[in-house]
Amino acid sequence: MPWIPRGLRDGIVTTRYPRRPDGYGEGFRGRVVVHPGGDGDLRAGSIAEACPTDAISIDAGQFCLDRGRCIMCGRCVELYPEVFEFEPDFETSAIGRDRLVVPDREEDDASVARTRSELARRVKALRRSVHIRHLDAGSDGAEEWEVAALTNPVYDVQRLGIYFTASPKHADLLLVTGVGAAGMLRSLQHTFEVMPEPKVVIAAGADAISGGLIGHGYAARGGIAESVPVDVYVPGSPPTPFGLLHGILLAVGLLPEARRPSTPPASNARRSVRPGTAVPGPSTPEDPPTEAGP
Amino acid sequence: MTVDGSAVAGPVDGFAERVTARVNDGARFCGLFGSAESDGTRLVAVVAVDGSLEIEAVVVPDHTPRFPSLTPTLAAAAWYEREIHDLFGLEADGHGRLDPLVLPLAPGSTRPRPGSGKPLDPVEVDLSPLPVHLRGEGVFTIPYGPVRSGVFESIEYLVETPGEDIPHLRTRVFYKHRGVEIRFEGMSVADGVLLAERSEGVASVAHAIAFCEAIERLAGVEIPSAAGLVRVIHAELERVANHLDSVIRHTEAAGQAVAYARLSLHKERVQRLRGRLCGSRFGRGVVVPGGVAGPLGPDAGQLFAALDEIEPAIRADLRLLMTTPSFLDRLRGTGVVPADLACRYAAVGPVGRGSGQMEDVRFARPYAAYGRLGHQLLEPKGDGDALGRQRVRNDEITGAFHLIRQANDRLSEEAHDGHAWGVPVGPVSGEALGWAEAPQGEVLYLVRVEDGRLVRVKPRSASFHNLALFHAAFPEDILTDFAFIEASFGLSIAGVSS
Repeated sequence: MPWIPRGLRDGIVTTRYPRRPDGYGEGFRGRVVVHPGGDGDLRAGSIAEACPTDAISIDAGQFCLDRGRCIMCGRCVELYPEVFEFEPDFETSAIGRDRLVVPDREEDDASVARTRSELARRVKALRRSVHIRHLDAGSDGAEEWEVAALTNPVYDVQRLGIYFTASPKHADLLLVTGVGAAGMLRSLQHTFEVMPEPKVVIAAGADAISGGLIGHGYAARGGIAESVPVDVYVPGSPPTPFGLLHGILLAVGLLPEARRPSTPPASNARRSVRPGTAVPGPSTPEDPPTEAGP
Repeated sequence: MTVDGSAVAGPVDGFAERVTARVNDGARFCGLFGSAESDGTRLVAVVAVDGSLEIEAVVVPDHTPRFPSLTPTLAAAAWYEREIHDLFGLEADGHGRLDPLVLPLAPGSTRPRPGSGKPLDPVEVDLSPLPVHLRGEGVFTIPYGPVRSGVFESIEYLVETPGEDIPHLRTRVFYKHRGVEIRFEGMSVADGVLLAERSEGVASVAHAIAFCEAIERLAGVEIPSAAGLVRVIHAELERVANHLDSVIRHTEAAGQAVAYARLSLHKERVQRLRGRLCGSRFGRGVVVPGGVAGPLGPDAGQLFAALDEIEPAIRADLRLLMTTPSFLDRLRGTGVVPADLACRYAAVGPVGRGSGQMEDVRFARPYAAYGRLGHQLLEPKGDGDALGRQRVRNDEITGAFHLIRQANDRLSEEAHDGHAWGVPVGPVSGEALGWAEAPQGEVLYLVRVEDGRLVRVKPRSASFHNLALFHAAFPEDILTDFAFIEASFGLSIAGVSS
């Protein structure tokens, strides 16, 4: 009985994301951005080599960063702060593996649009009721904490019609963490196979996308993409709960129009936004950070 | 301690007796590790004696890949010998049950033999089901996992049961084996600490500290005082978060919806505080060889303000929980680990301390700044049941906040002459042990390095050490107790089979 008033003690602590941006994120590492520069710099090669996951490459004299490999150790930021910078923005999920490489390469916009509309068509029937089956395919254990955090009162994904389910036969979305450990591949494929259509797969974290720091090894398959078809990629090591939530909403088409990843015309506008504010617009002022935490 | 490899290797015959004699003289068995060398496999047994670690070592020659098992006299060695069998192919004569543990290889796959430095082809894992052990009317087997109901790490528990009791439990931990040990080989020391953080992600800080302690011991450097204090602050916040995670799982299993929501909120606040202090919600990137990467994010006053908000809220809810009968009823008498069992398996961390194994590495072999901070040693309490372990965790949460405040105090006191956050660590060579008290218990790293390149790294998590006695924690329990017993152990599978 004493628990009932206790439950009311802190008032509402739940984020209003995605309807409103959430101010939480100041000061934590959401993503690494790459500014132009380093053209012809003699140090460029050694900086790319210093990256422990080979996430940095040099393309026509410019640095490129693969967020699918980046574990956000910050070594590049330390070595070359003029080019690499941490930003708190957590909305880094992407449809399509290539979209994780920044700055954007010249791309076949038509193929990107095709991938997106194919996914949108597939998930149309799921709207407002999405059941997730999580599967650990060789994580370091931190990812499970962040996935489990989605059900805490701050993120409270049930309010968005998102539920975790035990049976893959009830699941619409497969949320996979881990490097693709050899021992888990059969379970991973089997789980995917018994899920009913339509179904969506999210690779959550650098480990699931590329193997992260473990990469390819005798027992790790460099991520899960060889085993199941991945639709949405959520970078991070581990991805934060907000990052995961963004990825899930992106996958099932529940992100409000303003928060969807930019199609080409909007992309310039988006890139100029101040870090952390996610989305501009008079109708969506930034909320203070959710919950009166520290 | 640094390890002088050439001096200590004794004959294979008598190895088991030598290690057993040490344990009979009062030493605690910490682990048995293998390493491939040019002429054979070197085995190192580590024991803790009065505030220091000591080793016994042998080289098992390649032409006779077997050694007398320690398990008949040291139950705690059972899993280590199975692991050595998986990774190196050595037979432990007299073990009794040398089944695959961390890597059951399919025919045609090569054993990885860590330390050999040879490139490896991808292996195939043998996933065939285990034969049934129990026979009897109505006895059946329930496989829990590897894909489990809920958000869990992958592991399989095979419960053989006549209906309610759990007379026989087997644990299959290999599913998420990633090959971390081999991945260390050839890495620089700076990259190695990033991998150490990921060998057991929920105890990133403890693993990074244990790894760096070994490197710093080899380099003969002392980290700056302020760096030691920052390590303590991050390690203790990690402890609070992990202990909250364990009690959250208890409340979830007990159907205490409000307590579950409250405690998850507290854990989220702790994770956010950790994020604010260093940019990572898991304290990653803080600990580097020679010290820490830099100062805490917010200043000392802001950290105190945050603690003033979080700490009383956690304590108030835990106090209420510990007077809620419907919660206590599920934990009391559940999952008893008798004191003699904990002793035979040399249990560590809260599992050990709930059953009378009181050693806490932070104070038994102080590292970082623990030797300079005041603390209260826990009294033995409880009957080795899940409730006893919960009480240990409650006390440790209180103790952790006490240590954080002291460390933060010292940091601001010492701030006037400016801090150094690290000392340079050159290209070191040699072999050494490092340790730390993770939330799950003692973490050990046996690190061998040549000119700054890692040659062999053996992380030993508390999770691996403690999970070995999990099967014995079901003397009078039934299936519905399973979730509580598992949560009360509070282990991470990533650290068991890395």
